[in-house]
Amino acid sequence: MTVEVDQIYRIPPLLTDLNREFWIGGEVGELRIWRCRTCDEWLHPPSPVCRKCHSTDVGFDVASGRATVSTFSINHYQWSAQAGRDPYVIAIVELEEDPGLRLITNIVGCGVGEVRIGQRVQVIFRSFDDVWLPLFEPASNETDGTHDVQ
Amino acid sequence: MNPSDAHAACITGVGVSEVGRNLGREPISLAAEGCLRAIADAGLTPDDIDGIAAFVPDQGSVGPNELQEALGLEVDWYQGFLEGPSQLGAIWSACMAVATGQATHVLAFHSSSEGTVRARLGKGGSLPGTARETPQRVTGERGWWMPFGAPSAANIIAMYAQRHFHEFGTTREQMGQIALIARENATMNPLAIYRTPLTMEEYLSSRMISEPFCLYDCDVPTDFCAAVIISRTDSVYGLRRTPVTFEAISSTRRSRPSWEGFDDLTTMPLRDAGAALWQRTSLRPSDVDVAQIYDGFSYIALAWLEALGFCGRGEGGPFLEGGRRIALDGELPMNTQGGQLSAGRMHGWGLIPEACRQLWGECESRQVAGDPRVAVVASGGGIVAGAALLTVD
Repeated sequence: MTVEVDQIYRIPPLLTDLNREFWIGGEVGELRIWRCRTCDEWLHPPSPVCRKCHSTDVGFDVASGRATVSTFSINHYQWSAQAGRDPYVIAIVELEEDPGLRLITNIVGCGVGEVRIGQRVQVIFRSFDDVWLPLFEPASNETDGTHDVQ
Repeated sequence: MNPSDAHAACITGVGVSEVGRNLGREPISLAAEGCLRAIADAGLTPDDIDGIAAFVPDQGSVGPNELQEALGLEVDWYQGFLEGPSQLGAIWSACMAVATGQATHVLAFHSSSEGTVRARLGKGGSLPGTARETPQRVTGERGWWMPFGAPSAANIIAMYAQRHFHEFGTTREQMGQIALIARENATMNPLAIYRTPLTMEEYLSSRMISEPFCLYDCDVPTDFCAAVIISRTDSVYGLRRTPVTFEAISSTRRSRPSWEGFDDLTTMPLRDAGAALWQRTSLRPSDVDVAQIYDGFSYIALAWLEALGFCGRGEGGPFLEGGRRIALDGELPMNTQGGQLSAGRMHGWGLIPEACRQLWGECESRQVAGDPRVAVVASGGGIVAGAALLTVD
C-alpha cells in the first residue's frame, strides 16, 4: 500500500545499480535490503562486497518490514521555502532481521508526539518522484508498548 | 609510524582572516589574508613556504593550486582534500610531509565563503553545512537522508543526542551548557559573531530546529580563512613563536563509518579517535589545561568529552551540569574563543589557532590562568574524527 507525497522537503536519490532495488521494491510492497549470499550478512547501504566475509556474491533479499524505533527527532525547521511548516518525525529504525541493520526514515501514521524509542513499527511505502520511500508506521497488534533496543 | 615521530612537526604560526556571516568576499581574497597573516605570525616570508595543505570541501573553498598561484609560492609538497580524519586532516598530512622530509614549512589552511554562498542561494538552495548547491538528485551519504526530509547533519546528530538523553537521562539543560559557556567566553572575544550573554531561559525557550536541538545548539555559517604554519621541529631557530609541538595525533576509526549503522548511537566514530589519542603519549586527560573541541552542534562536543576520557561513557550530562567545569576558570576550560556556536562555523579550523594562542598566553581577558602547557584539539563529527595533543615547553 502506498500513500501520497507530503509537504516534507524531500530530494530524490540518484538511482544506481547498487541502490535501485531498495528504492523501487516498494512498488510491489517489498523492502529490499542487500545481503551477502555467502555468509547471510545483511548489508545496508548496498555494497559490491560483503564487509564481513568479502564475498562478491551479494544481492537483494526481502526483509519483513517490521522494525523498532532506535531513535528519532521531530523536525521543526522549514529547510526550504517550498516545504510545509508542520513538524515531522525523522527516525532511525532497526529492522528485526539484525540489530545493526538500520534505516533512516520517517515515522508516519501517528502524531509526532506519540513516537517513542523502542516503539514497534512496520514499513509502508510512499511514492515520491520515481522511487518508493520506505516509511514506517506504528505496528498493528502492539500489545505491550515499548521495549528497549540494543 | 613511531609515535614519537609526531614530535618532528610543530606549529610556528597561526592566522585568521576577517570572519563574518556574509562578507561578500571571494574565497581567494579571504585565503590570501589568512595565509599571509599566518606566515607573518611565524616570522616567515612567503619565500620560506615549501608546502601547502588545504581542506577543500566544495566550490566555496580554495585549493592549493589557486593559493600557490595567488601568493607566488614554490613548493616541494602540496595536497588538497575533502575526505579524511576530520576537516583538520590537512594539518595531520602537513605534519607527515614535514616528518618525512618533504617540506620544511607547510602552509595549512581552509578558506570558505560558505556564509555568502548560502545567503545568496537562499533557503533550500544549498546543502546545509556546505557551500554546495542543492542537487536535483542526491548521492552519497545524503542520498539516505534527503529523501526523508533530513537535509542536514543537524537532523541526524539530533537523533544521536535524543538516544543519549534516552539511555543516560541527559537533559537539555546539561547539553545546553556547551552553548552557554561558549557564549560566556565569546563575550570576551571581540571577533566572535555572537557576543551578548545567553541565559538558560533564552536557550530553553528558543525555537527548535530538530529536537532536541534548538537554534543555539547549531553553529552559524561564515566566511573566513584560518591558516596554520607547520614546521620541522629542527628548523624553528630565529622564528617569532615558541613552537607548539604535536605531542600526539589520532585519526583512528575502527568501526563502521555509517551514520545509521554505527554500533553505538549514543556516540560516533569519534569514540575511536578519542581513545587512540592516549595510546601515543604518556600524558593523560588530567594533564590537559585547555580543550578546543568541535561544537558544530553542541552534542558533538558532549560526545567528544566522553570519547576523550574526560568523563565516562554516558556521563557527559553530569560532567556538564551547571557548566562551571568547562568555564574559563573551571577544571577543563573549553572553547575559550566562543566555539563555533558563538564565534562562527570554521569547520574546526578555529580550534588550533585558539589552542596555540592559549599556549602562547595571548588571549587577554579570555586567557586561561596558570600558564597552560597542554591543549587538546578535537574535530569532526558524524563519521569522521581527528584529535591532537599540543604542548609547549
